Amino acid sequence: MTKLAPVLSAHWDEKDSFTIEAYTRHGGYKASKKALAMDPDAVIQLVKDSGLRGRGGAGFPTGMKWGFIPQGDNKDHYLVVNADESEPGTCKDTPLLLANPHVLIEGCIIACHAIRAKHAFIYIRGEVTHVVRRLNQAIEDAYKAGHLGNGIELVLHVGAGAYICGEETALLDSLEGFRGQPRLRPPFPAIAGLYARPTVVNNVESIASVPAIIENGAEWYQAMGTEKSKGTTLYSLSGHVKNPGQFEAPLGITLREILELSGGIRSGHTLKFWTPGGSSTPLFTAQHLDVPLDYEGVSAAGSMLGTKALQIFDETTCVVRAVLRWTEFYKHESCGKCTPCREGTWWLVQILRDLENGKGSEADLAKLLDLCDNIMGRSFCALGDGATSPITSSIKYFRDEYIAHVTQESCPFDPVASTLFEGASK
Amino acid sequence: MTTTEMVDMISLVIDGFEVSVPKGTLVIRAAEKLGIQIPRFCDHPLLDPVGACRQCLVDIEINGRAFPKPQASCTIPVEPGMIVKTQLTSSVAEKAQRGVMELLLMNHPLDCPVCDKGGECPLQNQAMSNGQGESRFEGAKRTFQKPINISSQVLLDRERCVLCARCTRFSEQIASDPFITLNERGALQQVGIYEKQPFESYFSGNAVQICPVGALTGASYRFRARPFDLVSTPSACEHCASGCDMRTDVRRGKTLRRLAGDDALVNEEWNCDKGRWAFKYVTATDRLTTPMIRNSDGVLVQASWPEALAAAAAGLSGHKSAVLVGGRATYEDAYGYSKFARIALATNDIDFRARLSSDEEREFLAAHIVGSTTTYRDIDTADRVLLVAFEPEEESPIVFLRLNKQFRKRALKVTTIATKLSIGVEKLNGEFIKVAPGAEASALSSQALTNKSVILVGERASESAGLLSAVAALAQTSGAKLAWIPRRAGERGALEAGAIGNLLPGGRPVSDASARVDIATAWNTDSLPSDIGKNTNEIINAVNSGSIGALLIGGVDPLDNEMSAQTLAALEKAFVVSLEIAPSMVTERADVILPVAAVTEKSGSFLNWEGRPRAFDSAVTETHNRSDLRILSMVADQMNRTISLGTVTAAAKEIASLGRWDGAKVSITKVSAPSVPSISADEAIITSWRRLLDLGTLQKGEDNLAATSRRTVAVISPKRAQVLGVSDGDTLRISTQYGSVTLPALVEDIHDDAVWAPRNSRGSQLLSQLGIAHGAVVKVAKV
Repeated sequence: MTKLAPVLSAHWDEKDSFTIEAYTRHGGYKASKKALAMDPDAVIQLVKDSGLRGRGGAGFPTGMKWGFIPQGDNKDHYLVVNADESEPGTCKDTPLLLANPHVLIEGCIIACHAIRAKHAFIYIRGEVTHVVRRLNQAIEDAYKAGHLGNGIELVLHVGAGAYICGEETALLDSLEGFRGQPRLRPPFPAIAGLYARPTVVNNVESIASVPAIIENGAEWYQAMGTEKSKGTTLYSLSGHVKNPGQFEAPLGITLREILELSGGIRSGHTLKFWTPGGSSTPLFTAQHLDVPLDYEGVSAAGSMLGTKALQIFDETTCVVRAVLRWTEFYKHESCGKCTPCREGTWWLVQILRDLENGKGSEADLAKLLDLCDNIMGRSFCALGDGATSPITSSIKYFRDEYIAHVTQESCPFDPVASTLFEGASK
Repeated sequence: MTTTEMVDMISLVIDGFEVSVPKGTLVIRAAEKLGIQIPRFCDHPLLDPVGACRQCLVDIEINGRAFPKPQASCTIPVEPGMIVKTQLTSSVAEKAQRGVMELLLMNHPLDCPVCDKGGECPLQNQAMSNGQGESRFEGAKRTFQKPINISSQVLLDRERCVLCARCTRFSEQIASDPFITLNERGALQQVGIYEKQPFESYFSGNAVQICPVGALTGASYRFRARPFDLVSTPSACEHCASGCDMRTDVRRGKTLRRLAGDDALVNEEWNCDKGRWAFKYVTATDRLTTPMIRNSDGVLVQASWPEALAAAAAGLSGHKSAVLVGGRATYEDAYGYSKFARIALATNDIDFRARLSSDEEREFLAAHIVGSTTTYRDIDTADRVLLVAFEPEEESPIVFLRLNKQFRKRALKVTTIATKLSIGVEKLNGEFIKVAPGAEASALSSQALTNKSVILVGERASESAGLLSAVAALAQTSGAKLAWIPRRAGERGALEAGAIGNLLPGGRPVSDASARVDIATAWNTDSLPSDIGKNTNEIINAVNSGSIGALLIGGVDPLDNEMSAQTLAALEKAFVVSLEIAPSMVTERADVILPVAAVTEKSGSFLNWEGRPRAFDSAVTETHNRSDLRILSMVADQMNRTISLGTVTAAAKEIASLGRWDGAKVSITKVSAPSVPSISADEAIITSWRRLLDLGTLQKGEDNLAATSRRTVAVISPKRAQVLGVSDGDTLRISTQYGSVTLPALVEDIHDDAVWAPRNSRGSQLLSQLGIAHGAVVKVAKV
């Protein structure tokens, strides 16, 4: 059985894990020293060799992304770290930055060196003020210690609370001071990103994974994970489980294994459905307990690894209600730029609300699916696609439950039963 | 166009048909070339692609590799080997388009029966062509308070908006007036203005015109008409020398709307708010409709046409007469005045420059401008543009848009020689060479221009002695292209028609005997007067001194000249025949008033600053008003000095038959610039220009438009403000021995010795209030 493999989270249990002292005590800032002595292209090659793929959801090879930055173009290059973690269920970057902000800072230094950037920006979700404070302190300490400020500047930018700013081009617009809305591509950020300069946008976890790779080598990293999904990653377990939290394991671990390691579903209940990577990834059910949670495995089973946010729902949960909640989120967060997402989410919510309240009809299901077909792949960015995932997948697996709402003319579930406090009282 | 640019052509297949288009062409436009219309909202050929509405989705395959999902054809440039399947051949594209259309209509109020756009609405039309008859939406629509004013002239019905961002992109990308933006998000996203700051732009009407739904409407047209009740006539704008192509929409004899026409070489698809909205003067209640004669008691009384024509002919025959024709006459009308002066009055005493002018200017125009061929295209290819006594945004707005386009596209370098930095030049990031009023000529010599450069010189150059001589010299030594851009639409045409004392039609110098023979032959007359005619001021002085006894005046405002007192005295003294559309200070003093047609009531043409003919047809056919030309012809007949110009067509034919002068041109007598006056602490040198929106007579009656005009202020430099103890908003008095204006102060980037105020705005009509407008010393004091 696959064991947990804490690399990023190795020292989170220490009381002072977030301080520069603790980080240095465990060998921190050695990797950056090593990397700065290397040729930048060699650093890129090393990251390529390690097989590290983007941890923000899409899984694009990190080293390859860095390699896209044109070299010798006499332009400023920028590194932008996407810390705008806002996907419902996703909660890996926040604890990572709270417990060990310096690993991201060191990762930034290495990445900047590799892509010949002098400036890095961390775009962080504005709501997590505790993390903002902690990261600010860490950046200050890193400057004082001389890790930053000697050729590499790091700026923390606090977002104003928009899910869309997690989309990399919307993030860049927001960072430049505009309203966050996705940009037309091409040009891609690697050619014209922040301030129209070549820019790498990476997820927090991707960049934070780099110091250990530099320190231990590509082969060490390659040895973990599966054939095409290398290394370890943070799986965020939440919902109807005994012990929610972060579980760092090699890619390819299954939900069954994680549940066994963590203590399982809350007692007296059984797994009904779950998301493999946040609310934008199509739902899984108990039949997917043994799907290897790597990029290929999840994809082959009809979903996406996404952010590895494992939201667990037991049999007390009304899937229509859960999907309605998510859809309300997408409606609220649609940026408004394109028609399918803007108008579509407005409509989807109304149909789902009727269904959940027992006012829907069977024809509404067909309408929902047709609407999703008109949104999926028709919207400007992936937000619109993501909004349809919970709907289409839930109808696929739980059509009967939707029908039950129609025939009973009400929701067959007691919403209180699904609450965590209800579960705790039993 | 005579360019020979080589372009790479790319071949692709759309719906089974091969088409070849220039590299960089977007798929949606390649399809247009085949006559395949892909539905669209956000797409606009003159705006950057945005891909927001998703209406134009098509299936695309490149060299056997198909895109996994339909692509927005308005954002994708063609590539070799591309195979495109539109809604006509792809069921996926067809369904995607229907789906998007249904979503767009979902929150749309479907209030077409009461919407101004109904009947000419891209949403309505495309819902019919690419949508489905029935909506499946049964829920609650998004609603908003209706409508909101985003300026006094532009109204926004947010619930109709499809959020295509055409208006906001126009404002940002074309006008550089980003005063409207998209606010909020999701389905509540909406067009909005900044808090407490309205949509201030001289070009805001274009946003209304390109709105693909009825979300943006003009206050003056809202609820006035249904598009299918309007009769549209292609027309040309009479408001300035930019030469916009226009469309005039008339219902039952009344102009209800004017729109920018489509002319890629001139205004592209844009115009300014003045051209769009200032047309109510035509239907003003005080329009002159009947001839009038001053009777023996000195009172103006209505008369029949035969009486009036006889009185005019008698008065003009009985005195030595001169002609003053304003800058708003059409080319054909100006030709009529020109021929009338020479044939009927046997004089060269004619001048179209009803404004500040000089003899240096007259020579400059004859030597360098008449027949010149600098065009908008030269701006497109210029390595640098030098502005001299010219504020494009205020004085020829489409020239501004063209400069702005090239600035945004390729960072065209614009340099202005001026006293005050203007908003327009700031938007162009222009180099500001700051000079005292009157010292412009001295700054010219340091300008390094090439034969790829363009000099745009405004009509105000005549107000600084020596400036036009210096401009001519600079153009000659550098080889730069030269263009003179007057404000009024008729001035270039009047110059070409010879409505000026030193030229006959076609640029023929009066002083040249063979030029006179040319015209005399064509006009079937023995000889033409050979003395150079008097200019406007000389004509006024001659009346006052008694050597001229009668004036034929068409479209002149005596207050446009700094000699307004002398002009009014002359009008009292002379026998005045006035051809006018509305009562004016001239008609009040006239002996015979002959009412004439306004631009929309007649056909004709203007020559814009390029010299390009801008022909227009009569938009309002139900009118009894006649063109100046027709009336002049009747007066001439009455005088037995026939000019045979009964119709505009006849005039146009005659002009064409004359051809252009190919002999020697008038040479310019170099005028050297006088030294700039020195000033004491409580004095300044005044400078001014007319704003686009001001108290101009053609803007009469359009209050919504007037409310969008810029604030009237007196501008002084920080240094002067310090000396006077003045800060922004304090009241400043500018005075001369003649009078004063009192205005709120604005401290800005202006020459330290100068003070600027608008020339003809509310509370600041410098020529009538101060008697001067540029280059003279005035007293400046804090009030």
